[in-house]
Amino acid sequence: MRLGLVLLVLLIVVLIIAGMLGAERLPLTGWTEQQRSILLDIRIPRILLGACVGASLAVAGAGLQALLRNPLAEPYLLGVSNGAALGTMVGFVLFQNVEAARPVLAFAGAVAATIVVYRMAKSRAGMSAERLVLSGVIVTTFLSSVIVMLTTLLDAARLRSFTFWLLGDLSQSSSTGIWISGVTVAIVTVVLTSQARSLNLMMIGERDALDFGVEVGRVRLLVFGGASLVVGAAVAASGSVGYVGLIVPHLVRLSIGSDNRLVVPFSAVAGAIFVVLADTIARTAIAPRELPVGAVTALVGAPLFIYLLRRN
Amino acid sequence: MLSVRDISVTYGERAVLDGVSFELKDGSVLALLGANGAGKTTLVRSLNGTVPLSAGEIVLDGRSLGELSRREIASRVAVVAQENETRFPVTVMEFVLSGRFVHGGAFGWETEADVGASTQALADCDLTEYASRLMNELSGGERQRVVLARALATNASLLLLDEPTANLDLAHQAMMFRLVRQRCDSCGASAVVITHDLNLAAAFSDEVLMLEDGCIAAKGKPAEVLTAENVRKVFDVDVMLDAHPVTGGVRVTSLF
Repeated sequence: MRLGLVLLVLLIVVLIIAGMLGAERLPLTGWTEQQRSILLDIRIPRILLGACVGASLAVAGAGLQALLRNPLAEPYLLGVSNGAALGTMVGFVLFQNVEAARPVLAFAGAVAATIVVYRMAKSRAGMSAERLVLSGVIVTTFLSSVIVMLTTLLDAARLRSFTFWLLGDLSQSSSTGIWISGVTVAIVTVVLTSQARSLNLMMIGERDALDFGVEVGRVRLLVFGGASLVVGAAVAASGSVGYVGLIVPHLVRLSIGSDNRLVVPFSAVAGAIFVVLADTIARTAIAPRELPVGAVTALVGAPLFIYLLRRN
Repeated sequence: MLSVRDISVTYGERAVLDGVSFELKDGSVLALLGANGAGKTTLVRSLNGTVPLSAGEIVLDGRSLGELSRREIASRVAVVAQENETRFPVTVMEFVLSGRFVHGGAFGWETEADVGASTQALADCDLTEYASRLMNELSGGERQRVVLARALATNASLLLLDEPTANLDLAHQAMMFRLVRQRCDSCGASAVVITHDLNLAAAFSDEVLMLEDGCIAAKGKPAEVLTAENVRKVFDVDVMLDAHPVTGGVRVTSLF
C-alpha cells in the first residue's frame, strides 16, 4: 500500500515537471499569455495522453503476462500493437473523415492479432515462452509488411507523419483520443483488478485455476478483450509505443511481488509515470526537435527483454 | 458420498474410460492403481469435472457434477497434482492461500479464516518455516508438500491426489498418506489417490481400485484386490505377497 501512495505522489510530481519542461521551459507560476497557451493547449493534453497510453500498455502487459504465464508477454512484442496500428491505418486511409473509425478498427486489429498469436503459440504440450515470442515476432513482421505496403498509398507529407506516429508519437493528441483512452483504461483497470485473484491462480497454471474454481474461459475473454481494448485505444491515439507493457509490470513485481490485486492497478500508475517521463525526454533531449517516444521506451526496454529472455 | 455411475470418456475415437462405476463413502480412502495409460489420471480429472464425460454420471453429495459450477465443484473437491515450476515469484503462503479462491469475493482479500486454514495446513505439512520462501527456491519434494497443503487448506470434502508421492522421500511419503488418512478420519472427507506404490496403497487405503485399459479390473479391500494374479494381469509382473510383520496388512514384493 505504501508503494501505491509513493507512486501517486511520484505521478503528480512527474506530471508537474513534465508540464514545466520542454523546448520552452515554463515557470511554476506567473505565466505569460503565450506560456499559458503552450501549457494548456499543447503540453497538458500531450501529458494526459502520455499518462493514459502508459497506463493502458502497462495494464495490458500485466494482464497478458499473468494470463499466459509468461513475463515476456507484452502488447508490442505479441503483435497486438501492430494489429491495432494496422487497424488505425486502415481507418486513416479509408475513413479519413470519421475520427471514431480509427479506435474501433484499432480494437478490431488488436483482437485479431491477439487471437492469431494465441492460436499459433498454443500447442498440445502447452505454450512455451519461446513459442509465444516467436509467434509474436512472426505476426509483428507480417503486419509490419502490410503496413509498409499500405503506406505506398500515402502522399509524402502524410507518409512522414505516419512513420513518426508508427514509432510512437504523442504530439498529435486530441481531446477525443484522451477521452477514449482515459475511459477505457479506467474501466479495464477496474475489470482486470476484479479478476486479479483468478489471475493469481492462472499465473500458477491454467490447470490449477480450473481445479480451484476459476472460470478460465471467462477470465481469458476479459483479459484478451480488455487488453485489446486499451491497446487499440492507445495505439489509435499515439502509435506503437513499445516495451512499456514489459518494463513496467516487471519493475512493479520486483517491488511488491506477484499479487495481481496490486500488480494490475500499480502498473497503471507506474505506466503513466514511465511514458510521461519518456515523452519528456523525447521532447527535451534534442529540443527544439523531437524524438518519437517509442524510440526512448525501446532504448530501455530492449536490454530488459534480452535479460528476461536469458533468465527465462 | 461420491457415486460414479457407468462413466465413459473418449478422446477422439479412443475410449480412455469405459463403463466405470464405483461408490466412495465419506471418510474413506480409495487407492487407484494401474499401469501407465490405464486411464487413472483421466478418471481423477473427471471426478472434478475438468474432463468431459461421453456417458454416465458422477454424483457428489446428492448432486450431479454436471449441474454444479466450477466454484461449487472447487468448494467440494480439491486436487493435488504434480506441480510444475512457476515462472513468477510466488511465496509458499501465497500459493497455499490461492487454494482458498472460492471462499473470497471478486476484489476480496483473504479473511482471517483463509489465513487460519492456510497456516494450519502449512503446519500439518511441516512447512511453517517455509511460508515466506519463494516456490521456485524449493526442491521438487518440498513443492509437492506445498501442493498438498493448498489442497488441505480448502477444507474440501473430496481430495483427489495424482501420484502425490512421486517426488517425496520415504518419510514424507508416509507423512502425506498419514495426513490424507487423518483428514478422512477426523473430518469425514474422502480421498482418491493414484499411486504406483502397492505397499502404501495397502497400508493407507480402505479400498483399492485397479484400472486396466479404461475398465475396472478389480475393486475391493486391499487384501482382496492385491493378489498375485491381479497384479500380474494389470502390471504384467510377478509379485510375492505375505503379511506385514508389524501391521499384519498385505505386503507386496516384486520378483524381478
